[in-house]
Amino acid sequence: MRKMSPEDGAPKIRVRDLDFYYGEVRALSRVSIDILPNEITALIGPSGCGKSTFLRCLNRMNDVIPGARLEGTILLDEADLYAPGVDVADLRRRVGMVFQKPNPFPQSIFDNVAFGPRVLGMASGRLELQQRVEESLRRAALWDVVRGDLEAEALELSLGEQQRLCIARVLAVEPDVILMDEPCSALDPIATLHIEDLMQQLKQDYTIVIVTHNMQQAARVSDRTGLFWLGELVEFGETENVFTRPGNPQTEAYITGRHG
Amino acid sequence: MRVQRTLYDREFARVREDILRLGGLVDQALERALESLRQRDRLLAKQVIEDDAAINELRFRVEEACLALIATQQPAAGDLRAVVAAMNIVVDMERMADHAAGIAKTVIRMGDEPLLKPLIDIPKMAQAAREMLADCLKAFVTRDASMAKKTAGRDTEIDDLYKAVFDELIEIMARNPSTVERGTYLLWCAHNLERIGDRVTNIAERVVFMTTGDMKELNP
Repeated sequence: MRKMSPEDGAPKIRVRDLDFYYGEVRALSRVSIDILPNEITALIGPSGCGKSTFLRCLNRMNDVIPGARLEGTILLDEADLYAPGVDVADLRRRVGMVFQKPNPFPQSIFDNVAFGPRVLGMASGRLELQQRVEESLRRAALWDVVRGDLEAEALELSLGEQQRLCIARVLAVEPDVILMDEPCSALDPIATLHIEDLMQQLKQDYTIVIVTHNMQQAARVSDRTGLFWLGELVEFGETENVFTRPGNPQTEAYITGRHG
Repeated sequence: MRVQRTLYDREFARVREDILRLGGLVDQALERALESLRQRDRLLAKQVIEDDAAINELRFRVEEACLALIATQQPAAGDLRAVVAAMNIVVDMERMADHAAGIAKTVIRMGDEPLLKPLIDIPKMAQAAREMLADCLKAFVTRDASMAKKTAGRDTEIDDLYKAVFDELIEIMARNPSTVERGTYLLWCAHNLERIGDRVTNIAERVVFMTTGDMKELNP
């Protein structure tokens, strides 16, 4: 059974009346959503609907875009992400991101995973760093594949393995939340299922938000699904309900494939 | 932009046609079963039993088509409910035909024994069931939940008629135990019709589920 929303448990991320602008263009309007801890939240919707923009608001990746402007509030563990004085580097450590195309650094497998802990000074010595790398690779279900040769080039791994390496790289800096932007769109069906299996294990310890064009994937992996439409969150609910009896006619049209 | 799900729509239209065809065959089975009882026509009864195979086959064909639709078209929401409803509806219809065949078997078993009492309520039960089936199928095609709900409500007519037949037959049999065998034949016929009423109520429930997403008993 999928979890119901805990009555007393606070959401991991609480978004209220979020508006987002690229210059004059309003990309998100009045988005309010509670993202619950240890759940997978899937965001779906046609291209340009705002779902990736929304995802990038959650770790302030949009900050670097000139002319970008945000109104409303986003709270992580009840603390305002956009309050003055927030350490953005630490925020991005706590809210990690996995991208559409696997993007390992042109380094060894070990150095890829060790990168974050090294930069952030999270390991006091070689042994601790090794332990952290191993633990991260184990959690990303990659340890058994790469344990024999951690010094091999990351780019020699298959695409699916590279994506799991990128997940291990995120895990190595002990995040709370993992954002995934189309994490399987470059992968074949078997590698996709590996990632989906991995997500089920990871949600025991982390909160996951995934943007996907693949509605069957949203249905398979997520506890809750939100549909973005022209910058608005038009439907958000338990995945089972969204895919069997959606409340909104736009959702019905979109998930039955009757909208372009 | 509105996109057509041409392939899905075309395949589901075929399923819908098969369901209507199946409904026609079930209705015919019921009509003939009752006629065989009324006329004591064992040949016609035998025909009803033989025709049941074609109904079973059509049921499987619809189930296969629905399975293929789920596997290849991945329907969701209203489309998914329609496919699932179709799979349930054909099972209920196939069982209705089994009950019609049950009446036909009783007719054959009765041989030339005269009926214990004139047929009054039993044909009324059959008539109500046939009308309900026709209305359910209409509601299915037009996606009319309120019509389906109204139709389900008519099952109490069949239940009341069943109770009347049952009480009357039990009374006759209690008074004169030598009538028990002939009484039991009619009890079986009435019982089959009562079950048919329940099956058609299930179909109404599926039509409501398909159109609204509400899954609940309509005539508990």
